[in-house]
Amino acid sequence: MKRIDQDVSRFRDIIRGRVKKDLKKYITRGEMLGKKGKDFVSIPIDQINIPHFRLSSRKMGGVGQGEGDVGQPVGSGDDAGVGPAGDAPGRHILEVDISLDELAEMLGNELELPNIEPKGKKNITAHKDKYTGVSDAGPESLRHFKRTYKRALRRQIASQAYNPDNPIIIPIREDKRYRTWKVTSEPESNAVIIYMMDVSGSMGDEQKEIVRTESFWIDTWLNYQYENIETRYLIHDALAREVDKETFYHTRESGGTIISSAYKLAASMIKQEYATSEWNIYLFHFSDGDNWGEIDTDECILLLKDELLPSANLFCYGQVESPYGSGQFIKDLEDYLPEEEALILSEIPDKEGIYDSIKEFLGKGK
Amino acid sequence: MDLPAELEQLRVEIMGYAQGYNLDFYDTIFELVEYDQLNEIASYGGFPTRYPHWRFGMEYQELAKGYEYGLQKIYELVINNDPCVAYLMKSNKLVDQKLVMAHVYAHCDFFKNNLWFSQTNRKMMDQMANHATHVRRYVEQFGPEVVEDFIETCLSLENLIDPHQPFIKRESEAVQNNGSGGPSPLKLQSKPYMDSFINPPEVLEEQARINEEKYRKEQERFPRFEERDVLRFLINHAPLEKWQAEILSIIRDEAYYFAPQGQTKIMNEGWATFWHSRIMTEKCLTDGEVIDYADHHSGTVATSPGRLNPYKVGVELFRDIEDRWNKGKFGKEYDECDDWETKQRWNKNLGLGREKIFEVRKLYNDLMFIDAFLTPEFCREHKLFVYAYNDRSEMYEISDREFKQVKEKLLSNLTNFGQPFIFVENANYLNRGELYLLHKHEGIELQTDEAQDTLSQLFKIWKRPVHIETVADAEQVLLSFNGEEHSHKELN
Repeated sequence: MKRIDQDVSRFRDIIRGRVKKDLKKYITRGEMLGKKGKDFVSIPIDQINIPHFRLSSRKMGGVGQGEGDVGQPVGSGDDAGVGPAGDAPGRHILEVDISLDELAEMLGNELELPNIEPKGKKNITAHKDKYTGVSDAGPESLRHFKRTYKRALRRQIASQAYNPDNPIIIPIREDKRYRTWKVTSEPESNAVIIYMMDVSGSMGDEQKEIVRTESFWIDTWLNYQYENIETRYLIHDALAREVDKETFYHTRESGGTIISSAYKLAASMIKQEYATSEWNIYLFHFSDGDNWGEIDTDECILLLKDELLPSANLFCYGQVESPYGSGQFIKDLEDYLPEEEALILSEIPDKEGIYDSIKEFLGKGK
Repeated sequence: MDLPAELEQLRVEIMGYAQGYNLDFYDTIFELVEYDQLNEIASYGGFPTRYPHWRFGMEYQELAKGYEYGLQKIYELVINNDPCVAYLMKSNKLVDQKLVMAHVYAHCDFFKNNLWFSQTNRKMMDQMANHATHVRRYVEQFGPEVVEDFIETCLSLENLIDPHQPFIKRESEAVQNNGSGGPSPLKLQSKPYMDSFINPPEVLEEQARINEEKYRKEQERFPRFEERDVLRFLINHAPLEKWQAEILSIIRDEAYYFAPQGQTKIMNEGWATFWHSRIMTEKCLTDGEVIDYADHHSGTVATSPGRLNPYKVGVELFRDIEDRWNKGKFGKEYDECDDWETKQRWNKNLGLGREKIFEVRKLYNDLMFIDAFLTPEFCREHKLFVYAYNDRSEMYEISDREFKQVKEKLLSNLTNFGQPFIFVENANYLNRGELYLLHKHEGIELQTDEAQDTLSQLFKIWKRPVHIETVADAEQVLLSFNGEEHSHKELN
């Protein structure tokens, strides 16, 4: 343990405090998404500055060295070397690495999210083998080499058969020791998230950015709550298809919108791959609320009622406001499915709305 | 850890060269450390033990990242102490170690002989460790947050010292009291029979009244004279608990210890670079090491447009001084010669260069150094320029290349090592025990937002409203903080 470690960890505590305090700001901004590693995100924060009475560096200017005519820029307002003798460091942006679990915890505290209680019957038990001890019987492949030879040595010394000048040790059957294992069973719950998004012409970049930011936080939270999570992505305009994550966020089609196509695809996916007895199923659908015709809306409602809602823990519909969409779909859902427990509807007018929307989606603890 | 034989042998050899050039230093101990240890020590400002504080952790993370990404590497680290202690990084090449040792010996010579370092504590290593022990004791007693917070408050004010204070021997303030208050009025000499005419009683009375009035006003004013060592004033007069006063003293001690390094950055680095280059090129470089040495050395003195490299400017000025005094390029005759051609060829073969640079390293600090030795020729040859912030383009731009402007700007930036002049003007402002600081404006304004944050910190110490008079947007203003809100009042 180095002496500095203590100071480093105090510093990290302070930074965590900062992030926690400003979490709302970070939630609505997408900038940390690009910095996501496997288990952590890098969050940019301003360097913590101990304030001083000091002269304004802008007013001060300075002396430099090198080529250039009068009027030629030597550095932007933020990073030029200023101060006496020009060696004072500029302001830095610090990047702090915070693990996703920790971030989820902060999110949970900030939004007062309840922990999810997976449905009882969906808990499957996983078996794990673990070497726990040594015994005197077992298969040769698990023979404990060192213990075996120790036993043999002990026996040979005791029977005075051991000659240190000619140290030959031959284990016999009684000397042999084997590793033993125990089977431990741990409850394990699986979950699948199926994201669906309308990529028709009326969903612009800004709307997609909102979806992307929101789904980042949903992922973070659900990953924290479940051990095994699968994520699937469906996009639809008039037709639905499954895509990878990259395509999901970057496709833009020009076609019309038939929402039921996505619901159908999701329903069949669940039926084939995710038995409701084993999986906690989360469905998220984002659209601008424009659907092609009332007939299709009726079909959507039927699909929801008969197939999706009964099998899912949650079905969240997020309606992103766009200048082109009519926004009718959410009203229809509200009217026709007023008492569905598993259905959560949320309108997201702009980036600022993400915060409340996440709270609505995950606030039920399902 | 002792140096391995190979390095120890080199150390003795280089020490010999350094002494051969008349460098004069305290014993110097070199320690060989791994990069992470070096980063740790560097975060602690060169000392192995400091009080616990998160800012050292922040520093460490920066250094560690910079090193891991290959962006930066610390080569030398030496502390002003008797004996001097310097660190060598284990993974450095042999030629780098040689260079660093030569560089370090010159630093040690500077520490020992430069006048501005003469008042620093040469047992600072022990002192810092003592400070750390005290602070740790308070941490145990009051908890880390409380102590750390208070340290942060103190650090926020650490630049409010008087760098000349260590040189001032104050006589204990003569108390002047003649019962009635102010001094008795001066009487003109006179024969007794003329006295009532030359010193008419009514005039004397009037004078006595004025004196007393003045005296009373002076007495009312606290402190009697404006106080530049704001930290000392706070230690003596702010309502602090004992442990707080002690921590503030610790921060003040350390600020005074580090102050000369801020005052002599250009000279100190220039001096060390001057000598490492002499020792390496004249004495101890082997053929195979030339390229690596040149690479390292040129990295040290590399320039970039936005900033002035103190190593570069320092070493070039020392070389220039040596050359000028060797050739006699100084004095009235030389200064008044206006023929460029003659000046270029000027050589009186005086050979005073070596002597002169040793004198300069003894007596000068950066401000005096630049003032005395920056010449128009030097300025032109080294392409110095002034840059200023352009509000429209939001960039720093080259604004001038004239010698006069360059010198003026450089001097202004070095004055009080780039810190504002701040005094305690009145500690009983409005007769309400409020603290009134005065920023003596010398053309550059304070960073206002930061000044407000600093006032908030100051309030934590003074515990009554605090004010600072300064200039903002060309107006004389008073920035205040009363514990709840900041205010901003135009004076005049």
